Amino acid sequence: MADMTTRLATLELPNPVLTASGCSAAGRELHQFFDVATLGAVVTKSIMAKPRSGRPTPRMAETPSGMLNSIGLQGPGIDSFIANDLAWLADHGARTVVSIAGSHTDEYVELARRLSGHPAVSMIEVNISCPNVESRGQVFACDAIASSRVIGAVRRAADPSQPVFAKLSPDVTDITLIARACADAGVDGFSLINTLLGMVIDTDTMRPALGGVTGGLSGPAIRPVAVRCVWQVRNALPHLPILGMGGIRTGLDALQFVLAGASAVSVGTAVFGDPSAPVRVLAELEQALDERGFASLTDAIGYAHRGAGQELVNA
Amino acid sequence: MSAVQESCEIFSVQQVGDYLQFTVVAPQIAKAAEPGHFVAVGVGGENTAMPLRRAFALYNATPGGEFAGTIQFVVAEHGAGTRWLTQRRTGDVLDIVGPLGTPFPIPAGPSPAVLVGGGYGTAPLIPLAQALLANGSPVEIIVGAATADRLFGEIVAKRLVGAVTVTTDDGSAGQRGLVTDVLPAAIKRINAEIVYGCGPMAMLRAVGDVAREHAIRAQVAVEEAMACGIGVCMTCVLPVRGDDGQSRFVRSCVEGPAFDADRVRWADVGTLPPDLVGADSMGGH
Repeated sequence: MADMTTRLATLELPNPVLTASGCSAAGRELHQFFDVATLGAVVTKSIMAKPRSGRPTPRMAETPSGMLNSIGLQGPGIDSFIANDLAWLADHGARTVVSIAGSHTDEYVELARRLSGHPAVSMIEVNISCPNVESRGQVFACDAIASSRVIGAVRRAADPSQPVFAKLSPDVTDITLIARACADAGVDGFSLINTLLGMVIDTDTMRPALGGVTGGLSGPAIRPVAVRCVWQVRNALPHLPILGMGGIRTGLDALQFVLAGASAVSVGTAVFGDPSAPVRVLAELEQALDERGFASLTDAIGYAHRGAGQELVNA
Repeated sequence: MSAVQESCEIFSVQQVGDYLQFTVVAPQIAKAAEPGHFVAVGVGGENTAMPLRRAFALYNATPGGEFAGTIQFVVAEHGAGTRWLTQRRTGDVLDIVGPLGTPFPIPAGPSPAVLVGGGYGTAPLIPLAQALLANGSPVEIIVGAATADRLFGEIVAKRLVGAVTVTTDDGSAGQRGLVTDVLPAAIKRINAEIVYGCGPMAMLRAVGDVAREHAIRAQVAVEEAMACGIGVCMTCVLPVRGDDGQSRFVRSCVEGPAFDADRVRWADVGTLPPDLVGADSMGGH
């Protein structure tokens, strides 16, 4: 049996399978189907400073091997999140990665400060790439300077013991330029990738299908884009860990991300179709590593980048 | 709340008007099901390109006796996912999550009730009628649809309560017109204290209006588009007034599908009302 332990910067995890932000709320509903403490960690839905209604319906459209969403970061605000969601996760022994989102740098800083020193927070994922914000396409993660400003401010404000990961958008001409800017600002690692901005038109009403007009595309349809982004960032910045996500439905999907350079993976949209997908993906990934002769997950991270003659295992 | 995921063999598939009635073996779901619960069914098989489940109200759940451990639900073909379902047959296996949602509230004691079903929205009202009859409540049922083929459950309803009124938009069965045309008389006949409804949103809103005119409550089950059915995706929300008087977007899959009709802000569905909790945070990006 392969050793499944892994690390995201200073955070040690018993296994590399996490939930994905926005796809598992704060873990409570999934606990009906499996013990959330068995995951590498629960990644919570992006939280903002104040309660937020989200966008009008319809908020969802199924697409070939994927879906579009325009939820618009509906959430209870950080006070309620800490009092209810974080407390529940702590009570149930779940390691927790808190995703934070803000309208401006000050809001991200405020959120990082509120989470500082909180024993239930294992890591902070900074969502600078949600497409469901007012100025679509103008998200922080589409601009190297804006990304660097937010990440630098969060890294300075956050608890030094809590790794800070930047969640990046694939909707850019060169994702490694944004990643480098975040690295220069002190980021501890990357979450790759957020949804791609997309659109569906309802051919009956002959209007946009989503209330928010455009939405974020997720699911297996985006997996090749996500694997490419992980590959490129791993190549550019091999010293920084990557949490990979985008359309992972099976253990072999997860293995692609690991081989491309991810130290851990998030299972997102697959949860909507199969609520126990994260634990199934973990079991399948472990089996896939065993079958390929890897003694540990760590040996497989970035293995697809090896040169000729650098075989570690006999696949 | 506790749902399970079961691999369920199809026991039978039966054509009922324009619909298909599925009976599947789902012992854990059958045991926990209450009237108003729904199930979320995976479509397309193992390597499906349709990653989202389809939600169906439970028609019957039989935990014991003959057909023990089976559940029933009714499918209308709307698109590729439901088309795949209508092609399944006895012996095929479905991946089903349930029971989901908040069931219809049932009065503790006898309470005269009118049940109003539109199309296959009648399905969850049949087990509800059984539960109401069991607690001694007089029950009337109104079944309506656009055409006779789109009616569901009128014969079962008649067998159950006797007093069934049928309406169709085109007059092809029962009385020509809408369910709400005959609802006031039904309320008066049994001095109803509550109305239950399930069907299209416009019908539910109208049922709520009639109930309010008679100063009685209406509990209605909505059919919103859902991605997950278990409360994690936040796509199936409706603007609903809470106990504190404030309105929020709430999940029809967890807080619903049954809502007090007076609490749902029907006119604001599909919009972002400015007084909704957190609506003020939506600007400024």
